[in-house]
Amino acid sequence: MKNSIIKSSYATLVYLLLYTPIAVIIIFSFNNATFSSLWHGFTWHWYKVLFHDHEILTVVLHSLTIGVLASTTAVIIGTLAAVSLFRYQFNGKQLLHGLLFILIISPDIIMGISLLILYNAINIPLGFWSLLLAHITFCIPFVAVTVYSRVTTLNKHIFEAARDLGANDFTIFGKIVIPLLLPAIIAGWLLSFTLSLDDVIISYFVSGPGYEILPLKIFSMVRLGVKPEVNALCTIMLGVTLIIVLLSQSVLLNNKKR
Amino acid sequence: MLAFKRFSIGTIWTWLCVFALLPLILVILTSFLTSDINHLVKFPATFANYGQLFNDAYLRILLQSIYLAASCTLICLIIGYPFAFIIARNKSRFRPLLLLLVIIPFWTSSLIRTYAIMAILKTKGILNSALLAMGIIHHPLHILYSYTAVLIGTSYDLLPFMILPLFANIEKLDSTYIDAARDLGASKIRTFIKIIIPLTLSGIISGSILVFLPAMTMFFIPILLGGAKNLLLGNLIENQFLTANNWPMGAAISIFVTLLMCSMIFLYWKSKNKSLTE
Repeated sequence: MKNSIIKSSYATLVYLLLYTPIAVIIIFSFNNATFSSLWHGFTWHWYKVLFHDHEILTVVLHSLTIGVLASTTAVIIGTLAAVSLFRYQFNGKQLLHGLLFILIISPDIIMGISLLILYNAINIPLGFWSLLLAHITFCIPFVAVTVYSRVTTLNKHIFEAARDLGANDFTIFGKIVIPLLLPAIIAGWLLSFTLSLDDVIISYFVSGPGYEILPLKIFSMVRLGVKPEVNALCTIMLGVTLIIVLLSQSVLLNNKKR
Repeated sequence: MLAFKRFSIGTIWTWLCVFALLPLILVILTSFLTSDINHLVKFPATFANYGQLFNDAYLRILLQSIYLAASCTLICLIIGYPFAFIIARNKSRFRPLLLLLVIIPFWTSSLIRTYAIMAILKTKGILNSALLAMGIIHHPLHILYSYTAVLIGTSYDLLPFMILPLFANIEKLDSTYIDAARDLGASKIRTFIKIIIPLTLSGIISGSILVFLPAMTMFFIPILLGGAKNLLLGNLIENQFLTANNWPMGAAISIFVTLLMCSMIFLYWKSKNKSLTE
């Protein structure tokens, strides 16, 4: 009994630790004061300021464009990778596994500078394309891992049955693999979208002045200090992340139950 | 039949070769070149950049980063291990919710979470107001823009990266081993050291890798929480590439970080294989 009280109070303490700073941001985005840490009443003012800021709206549009395009491309390539790793024997299979694993754990800054060097070597100007290609690259391994963990639960005999009935690989992929993997593919897309929307470090190295995106805009705002507009912007971002994570988890969980 | 196989394997390999392997090779090449004002890099090839890593100035940043990353890993492990243990072995119907509450911060932007720490630690922030109001302190603490702030921020940011691998590992822990040890008369502490730690070692190591590496290289945390004072490896790399325009030096530091990463992965594989054979 005593033991379980200690356990739950410790767990509660860690949860408080994780969530208090986030809660502070959210609460103060509604505070009717500019520089105070005291509560001065509720206001929507800071959100209105944001929605009238054309620069922010453009940057948001840029981020959404990159996010949608990057996660869609990454989902296609990542799914192909996961399915190939599961179904086929080929040279360098282990290497591919290893490479995807390394891409996930390697520090963002390494990918940032190596892509910067690549773009410089093959003359890709820093802007929309450099960002898009970078975002696709760091999303692929996450999609591959998410889809792979689902693909391993599939019964290999399904493929043989389909082939015996005369389906070719393209048909099998479109009619069998994709529908069965759909929850993992959707989850992979949503997680890629979050990654793309939140990435600061890699984008910092491969973006140009012509095409600014939201995380970098937030970074430059945050550098100037704590401000209520930034609180409001961060709260919106937190809300978007929360919705996406809940969606992806429920998609994955529902499917497990079936 | 073969067309699809060729198509999918070809696509993924082409992408990874162009955007992962080729850049890495270019970084390695760059690290052996000399910096040039007009073209960024030039010949002759040299080892000088690696030699410079052992200069006093660089060595200090290097050691400081390793020290910070190690402290941060330790803090996350000490806070995260018991926590992961509690939620992984919780059998109630709230378990999925408990896990979800860790996954949410895991996916939340670390920039925003760092900003949140900034708001808490600043001189007129929540922490000081609360402590002053409670009468614990009489003058506001100046934590922001110090080493402590960087350590707090990094640990806070990376804590979920420690908890999740530990959770996955502890979840699989077979409790019959613990019961057996206890039945054979091992004390709680002995069971923990001899049974639980070795069985969860691969979780501990993968969590530590996921905390240690970003802790050294997340350059925006020192910028936002450390002021300009607490330069770490991440800042050094960023500086060499974007301000000092000394790409070869920046590349050499990056290769050093990559080698560090590879040796840690090697350690991880060894521990994993060891726990499999035992």
